[in-house]
Amino acid sequence: MSDPTSGSLVTTSPGEQPGLVAEAAPAPGAPPQQRDKPRGLLGDAWHDLRRKPIFWIAATFIVLFLLMAIVPQLFTSVDPEHDSNLSRSLVGPGSTGWFGYDLQGQDIYARTIYGARASIIVAVVATLGTVLFGSLVGVIAGFWGGWLDALLSRLADVFFGIPFVLGAIVILFTFNTSNSGRSTVRITTLVIIALVTLTWPVSMRIMRSSVLATKQADYIVAARALGASNTRIIFKHLIPNCLAPVLVYATILVGAFIGAEATLSFLGVGLQSPVISWGVIINESQNYIRVAPYWLLFPAAFLVTAVLSFVMLGEAVREALDPKLR
Amino acid sequence: MGRYVLRRLLQLIPVFFGTTILIYWLVWSVPGDPFAGKCGERACPDSYVQFMTDKYHLDDPLPIQYFHYMANLLTGDFGQTFGGRDIGGIIAAAYPNTIKLAFVALTIEGVIGLTAGVLSGLRRNGFLDNLVLVSTLFLLAIPTFVTGFVLQFLLGVQWKIISPTVSGDAPISQLIVPGFVLGSISMAYVARLTRTSIAENSRADYVRTAVAKGLPRRRVVGVHLLRNSLIPVITFLGTDLGALMGGAIVTEGIFGINGIGREVYRAIVTKEGATVVGIVVVLVMVYLLMNLVVDLLYAALDPRIRYE
Amino acid sequence: MRGSKRASVVALTAAVALVVAGCGGGDDDSTGSDDKNATGAITIDGTQPEVGLVPANTTETGGGDIVDFLWTGLVTYPAGGGDPKNALAESIETTDSQNYTIKLKKGTKFHDGTEVKSKNFVDAWNFAAYSPNGVQNGSFFGDIEGFADVHTEDPDGDGAQKAPQPKADKMSGLAIVDDYTFTVKLTAPFSIFPTKLGYSAYYPMPDAFFTQGMEAFGKNPIGNGPVKFVSWTDNVEIKLTRFDDYTLDDKVKIKDVTVKLYQEDAAAYADLLAGNLDYMQQVPVSALAGDKWKTDLGDRALEVDIPVMQLIAFPIYDAKFKNADLRKAISLAINRQEIAEKIFFGTRKPATSWARPGVPGGEGFTCTVCEYKPDEAKQLLQQAGGFTGELVFYYNADASHKEWMEAVANSVKSTLGINARAEGVPTFAVFRQNINGRKMTGPYRAGWQEDYPSAENWVGPLYITGGSSNDGLFSNPEVDKLYKEGTAAPNEDAAYAKFAEAMKIVDQQVPSIPIVSVVQQSGTSAKVKGVKANNVGSIDLSTVSLA
Repeated sequence: MSDPTSGSLVTTSPGEQPGLVAEAAPAPGAPPQQRDKPRGLLGDAWHDLRRKPIFWIAATFIVLFLLMAIVPQLFTSVDPEHDSNLSRSLVGPGSTGWFGYDLQGQDIYARTIYGARASIIVAVVATLGTVLFGSLVGVIAGFWGGWLDALLSRLADVFFGIPFVLGAIVILFTFNTSNSGRSTVRITTLVIIALVTLTWPVSMRIMRSSVLATKQADYIVAARALGASNTRIIFKHLIPNCLAPVLVYATILVGAFIGAEATLSFLGVGLQSPVISWGVIINESQNYIRVAPYWLLFPAAFLVTAVLSFVMLGEAVREALDPKLR
Repeated sequence: MGRYVLRRLLQLIPVFFGTTILIYWLVWSVPGDPFAGKCGERACPDSYVQFMTDKYHLDDPLPIQYFHYMANLLTGDFGQTFGGRDIGGIIAAAYPNTIKLAFVALTIEGVIGLTAGVLSGLRRNGFLDNLVLVSTLFLLAIPTFVTGFVLQFLLGVQWKIISPTVSGDAPISQLIVPGFVLGSISMAYVARLTRTSIAENSRADYVRTAVAKGLPRRRVVGVHLLRNSLIPVITFLGTDLGALMGGAIVTEGIFGINGIGREVYRAIVTKEGATVVGIVVVLVMVYLLMNLVVDLLYAALDPRIRYE
Repeated sequence: MRGSKRASVVALTAAVALVVAGCGGGDDDSTGSDDKNATGAITIDGTQPEVGLVPANTTETGGGDIVDFLWTGLVTYPAGGGDPKNALAESIETTDSQNYTIKLKKGTKFHDGTEVKSKNFVDAWNFAAYSPNGVQNGSFFGDIEGFADVHTEDPDGDGAQKAPQPKADKMSGLAIVDDYTFTVKLTAPFSIFPTKLGYSAYYPMPDAFFTQGMEAFGKNPIGNGPVKFVSWTDNVEIKLTRFDDYTLDDKVKIKDVTVKLYQEDAAAYADLLAGNLDYMQQVPVSALAGDKWKTDLGDRALEVDIPVMQLIAFPIYDAKFKNADLRKAISLAINRQEIAEKIFFGTRKPATSWARPGVPGGEGFTCTVCEYKPDEAKQLLQQAGGFTGELVFYYNADASHKEWMEAVANSVKSTLGINARAEGVPTFAVFRQNINGRKMTGPYRAGWQEDYPSAENWVGPLYITGGSSNDGLFSNPEVDKLYKEGTAAPNEDAAYAKFAEAMKIVDQQVPSIPIVSVVQQSGTSAKVKGVKANNVGSIDLSTVSLA
């Protein structure tokens, strides 16, 4: 998930995570998971979660990172926009610069704090995009079935088959050509679009199989018998009951995307300065590992912690939701 | 079963065309002159640009270019790079190395991941379990290039245990460390997956029955529990093989492996569209075929699943 | 006095040849090491050539280095970047700087055994200049009379209309006198012409080239240099071996040379440290940082001046940068000394001249705007009426330019108080495309590696109206006039004086800003000794022997 760079990211995002996903989304033929009513299930899960230290640790870190993203000024008084000073280039960690200074003489601590924003925005927005779009397509495919399902499923296959890193590089290289007025917003949007484009098939598949499994449930049949419209069935009955697996996937995906953003920045196709993100800082530091390991170490530690927090949260939620483990 | 396989194979056809159109469009549609950077810090002579444009039919409308490309591809001709190299040849030279690397990575992640997963799954919430959890998740969260660079520097340069780069024909012995780096992330998945699977299955009825029958623990775990728990793991490894091949860009770069990832990265940067399309098509097809094989394997391993 | 200078060079080489021959006779006592060398093999680093190995069609360094190993030109450029020496040429004579008579040494051979004759030059040059052949270096022959008849351009320049078929396929300025003599007539007097002749575009081509065609030949090239081509495995290695019939004095002592093709320089460096590589041309940034490479390599570390400068050019076609005072202010606001020390760890030299240090004829090219003068800069900015908006410095992000371009932007930002930043364009191709299309909206990185060691190469292509790399469209009639007078001067010294005058005006106009001149950091293995780099920094194979 997180690992940025490796291709295995591929396994991560677009796809497989079977451990996490496959079970959440039962293969056709496996028994559907949620026999309980949703509220009961979620209530149970919450009851379970509250007693897990891992959940609380992860949640605390996530809150901390979110705070960092929203009000970085709380953590540092340095403004990274106006902070370069070559005379302190590559000065190691000390009492003034806790994490040391980078090649341009910028405070690494301040940059790491400010880096949280871009990293988290990209991850959260891309996750929302993936989940919303993927689920929508999944519901449509699963609910109506037939040729529409076949068409959408093949379309998903096209995107699913493209290796993640490769696809992202192609997309970002292709569209990132103009040189003038390439603003922070534009490059960030582009990265988000690339992430969503290449990962939506996963949530589509999860949603589709949930819908397929739930469609036959008695309460849906009952609702239909009572004359409920398709829209009502979808929004009132189907979606609430199919949401759990997608939600679990989404939590983990946030972690995966933080890592993915770093991978792309590392490869030089993702976010880039003036945007500050953990991936951007790590990318900048890579040539100087031997003289200034702290430059890589601190932002990487933040990155790893953030990814771990989201993954652990997701895992904890998943275990809590999984009736088989209770 | 046969009909199922046939249907799945037929489904690959639209996917194949969809993928090629998508990639082809991505690579070629955006206006960009692939020859702009060819002549160093000066503009290339018009005559050169004109010559190359004509030679590669870059003036034709995109659908016509795509049609030509597909017509050639279906006869097995991947076309040529702007340097006049045969793309089929490039793929044929680089692909075996990537396959080798992917298999080494898969073996390593399988062996280590399964061992760790079984051990932690059998003793949930014990010390070993938490150790495995923390170490695998940690490994999963560290960027590959850091793992790769550190291992290359320590093992290859400092201690001279391995050759820091892999030679042209990529012998297996030199691929062990790169394979570890490449597989390190999936290793965490394998461990997590095995653990969950074992934990779930250890409460299954058939295990309870086996225990109740008075079978020795070794047999219960070794035959009943493991066999059933490994099904999702094996299927994961199957799909992962396809993913590893497409995802080795960084690893191949660090260790100088002459593989497909390195090739495709270069092609993207230099706007060698035909090479990008060719390689991606191969990778996607392999990936989808692996998925098919995995699904069939799933049915073969798990008697509860039948396709038609 | 060009003629006499040439003559003395030739006399000197002749003497050296005699000495070498003498050595050959008395070599018997040192057979031990000779035997080792005679069968010795080395491995050096390189990158996969982008196109087939045809000199006139190769402009990138990956292929260019190999081509330079495989071929010997009319003149060679000595290491250190001094005046060229005759190699294949017996003499190059002229009385008016417009008509040149070139005599070849007799008995030199191509690797296929055929002799190098004057037609091999004339045919090769005609081939490269003929526009339907689409050769990358075609425009290098633009000085020669009749070029316009063989090389036509697309009239509207955007590919919508095809370039007309050229009138002729041979340049009228080239004439074969006999097997070893040919003459060149230029369209106008150009005193630097002989210096250009060592560039790879001017290499002779064997008859086989014209029968095989460019593509087939490029995969299996036949040159006339000290080593010959053996094999090329894509992305893996190119194998070369000694050409035993080579008669000029830059013979190689060792037998086999393997050029291992890398994509990542860090991987090559790891190989160098592990002893798998005998020469690495440029140590990667990761090892330069903190001078680690010196501790890694010890006395196997080499530093070589190479004829490259990093400049930042202004898009003068953009209204924002029309004001010379503004350009000057920006130049004076850059602390080159600090950038060289902190960003480059002292591996580059802050620029003090408009040409690289030590270029023949470049003594008068002093750059007065290359100093860091914050007060003067501020004052000039005020004079220019300030700068509104964002000043973006562009660079190509696929090579390591980000660090120093950012430092430049930061230096300008803090000195002048304007909103400056640096921005990477993803690839060199896209970057060049924007430059070629005159679409740059801010100052941009421009590196310049000289094609031949002459001060002319630092003026003509860069600052003259219509110059091949004058991408910012700087145009100053006075500079053009002085340059023209210089090229038409009867000898090089007179020419250089005119160029220096022209550069005094350039120095006031600041069409671009020199930042640093480049020093190359190379490394060798313990296996080899005596290794020297040539004028452009690639290995001089003739100096290599095994330790």
